[in-house]
Amino acid sequence: MWSVNWAPLWLSLQIASLSTVATLIVGTALSLVLAWRRLPARHLFDAVVSAPLVLPPTVLGYYLFVALGRGSPIGRAWEWLFGAPIVFTFTGAVFAAAAGSLPLVVRSIRLGIESVEPNLIAAARTLGARPWRVVWTVVLPLAAPGIIAGAMLGFARALGDYGATQMLVGSRIDGTPTASIFVMDKLLLTGRNDQVFAMSLATTIVGVTLLYLANRLTHRLHHRG
Amino acid sequence: MAEPRADLRASIRLQRGELAIDVALACPPGITCVMGPSGSGKSTLLAALAGLVAPDAGRIAIGDEVWFARDAGRPASVDVAVHARQLAYVFQGLALFPHMTARANVMYGMQDVARDARPGKAQALLERLGVGHLAARRPRTFSGGEAQRVALARALARSPRLVLLDEPFSALDRALRAQLIALVRELVSELGVPLVHVTHSPAEARQLADQVVRIERGRVVACGGAADVLANVTSLDD
Repeated sequence: MWSVNWAPLWLSLQIASLSTVATLIVGTALSLVLAWRRLPARHLFDAVVSAPLVLPPTVLGYYLFVALGRGSPIGRAWEWLFGAPIVFTFTGAVFAAAAGSLPLVVRSIRLGIESVEPNLIAAARTLGARPWRVVWTVVLPLAAPGIIAGAMLGFARALGDYGATQMLVGSRIDGTPTASIFVMDKLLLTGRNDQVFAMSLATTIVGVTLLYLANRLTHRLHHRG
Repeated sequence: MAEPRADLRASIRLQRGELAIDVALACPPGITCVMGPSGSGKSTLLAALAGLVAPDAGRIAIGDEVWFARDAGRPASVDVAVHARQLAYVFQGLALFPHMTARANVMYGMQDVARDARPGKAQALLERLGVGHLAARRPRTFSGGEAQRVALARALARSPRLVLLDEPFSALDRALRAQLIALVRELVSELGVPLVHVTHSPAEARQLADQVVRIERGRVVACGGAADVLANVTSLDD
């Protein structure tokens, strides 16, 4: 039996979970704004939100380092509020994972929102619903498959984040690497192929299982009407 | 609050792409059928009355309650939000919420009713329309006629001051259509409000209408009793 240190996988799962929660909240808000056709500079805003998809992960990590570092206004405000910096911490790893997965989450949720039949929204309005009630009771429930697919993609992307995490956090968080950094380190520095294989296999099993469950859930929601 | 049994008075001018509408309507309580060939602006007219489309100019009022007023080239001086216009709108595709049961669909518009009274009132309305047995089911399982009845129940649950029907019976067979037409007549007579009904069918208009308005290319070309306006008309594409 392999003697594998599972702490990196556990750390990555924690980071990906928190990143998914954060990107779902921010991503849903951004998707609602982007789905509003009269938004000024909508295409430019969309391009900025989607930028992490086309940036090299290290460049994204660099931007995050500049924006969230201890000398930046956000970094200083965070440290003042919570007593610890963002960079080189667990929080930083969550930020890095979330930044990389946000555009995937937004695209998926937006597709879900835009697939809601306009007549259903119009019907809700004529039945006396104010805009927020229309969003909560009609738009978001009917966009649920897109939201779940977004969460699934975001989680998978966050679980495997490497470049941005390296730039913002370094190779260890309190002495433990994330699963992807662990794989790279073991392969390059120790040549422990058994550990690399075990971690890769475990990450794959976790990822594929979650994708499968999310697919099943999405399918059920699609056919529940 | 405006008086009950109030007339709808509307003058609407709007341009949407190729379609230009310039229409004046006076609809007393009862059924006004709006007829015209495809693309003549009937559905856009209903959307404008509901506030889903903003006219470029005009005035929409129920009795002395003004919902919209705008002079050409100026911002609207009155534009009551869609949710605040007390109206019932049955869409061409019905637009029942697929993720809600029939009862939840009917309860959706009952914000003014006490929360614990809503299920009973919704059930009573569904029973009245002959679909009480569908209360706990979702729209995917309804037949065409059942969906029409649930959509009518949902629309009428708000105690509307104006009812708008956008060809809701077009997909039904003749017998079912006759049943629903009789039901709509009965309900509108009880409510005592104006109902504007868009239809393609001269036969349906003859059965339903107290008044027929015929529109072509966004303009009213005839208005009056069904017998006068539809004399010699067998098809609107004549």
